[in-house]
Amino acid sequence: MEILINILLFAIMVACAMAIAKIRHLFAVVMLSGAFSLLAALLFVTLDAVDVAFTEAAVGAGISTVLMLGTIALTVRREKPSYRSSFVPLLVVILTGAVLVYGTLDMPNFGDPNAVVHQHVGPEYIERIPKEVDVPNFVTAILASYRGFDTLGEVAVVFTAGIGVVLLLSGLGAKARRPKILAQNSDNNEASS
Amino acid sequence: MMRHHVILRVITKVLIGPIILFAFYVQFHGDYSPGGGFQAGVIFAVAFILHGLVFGLSTVQKVMPPKWVHKLIALGLLIYAGTGFAGLFMGGQFLEYNVLAHDPIHGQHNGILIIELGVGMTVAAVMIAIYYAFAARPPRISDEEW
Repeated sequence: MEILINILLFAIMVACAMAIAKIRHLFAVVMLSGAFSLLAALLFVTLDAVDVAFTEAAVGAGISTVLMLGTIALTVRREKPSYRSSFVPLLVVILTGAVLVYGTLDMPNFGDPNAVVHQHVGPEYIERIPKEVDVPNFVTAILASYRGFDTLGEVAVVFTAGIGVVLLLSGLGAKARRPKILAQNSDNNEASS
Repeated sequence: MMRHHVILRVITKVLIGPIILFAFYVQFHGDYSPGGGFQAGVIFAVAFILHGLVFGLSTVQKVMPPKWVHKLIALGLLIYAGTGFAGLFMGGQFLEYNVLAHDPIHGQHNGILIIELGVGMTVAAVMIAIYYAFAARPPRISDEEW
């Protein structure tokens, strides 16, 4: 049953991806990419990765769709038709895909209890968390406590990204600069007069 | 501003309360159920973005002025880093929560709760700030053209 659900979800995702590649109307593309994210979130739920599914649904399907729509409102609604040959891009995509598939051959089988992650890291956390942190959600315990430094770095990354976008787009810098330029101009005027 | 979409405006007014309540649930219940600062921050921001989409940027900026948003971005990170330094000053290592309360387990709980609050603040404020930055620019496509 789970395999059936997985195959169904993957099939819809592939269909979404193909439609995204084909459609020129960007509004439909953005909506489809939101649907793609939601399907990915469902896949994470079937993998029991609820925290990741949560993030994917909220960020991928929610916020980024809104931001993409905002971008469309600032630019154009239709993708420009491309007249270049698509041979080289196709070759690159096929090669990358082949490399990725080749990479999966070395990966442990899905749900394999002998996989490396299930050998020492996982059991150790399962043993230590109830004693040391005593929080039922192990993901929170690992992210916030054992990996506190990493999460601090992540928050710093989000902070930097936010500051960057605010500085680039919202024109705060321009507002701050304008009075100075005016003041300089008036100085110059005074000097020349 | 969507003057003509009556259903959207009514539904939005009904939804915003539950969305913010759910954000707080995800934030403060993150130790027990799926969720945490990142997810809660995004959900919290969604409430404001939804309000902005339906009622217009100037309306939502009366509720959450850009000045506050920019300060919240920094405050969240400061709370997180400050928790780390609190551990340092109370005799532990940087980001060691064990010393934050009388016994280690309570210290861990307090530490996680506080840093998740910082994470949620920064993420929510960054999302709102990015939305403001995008929405504040004059659009090239009018509302009817969609």
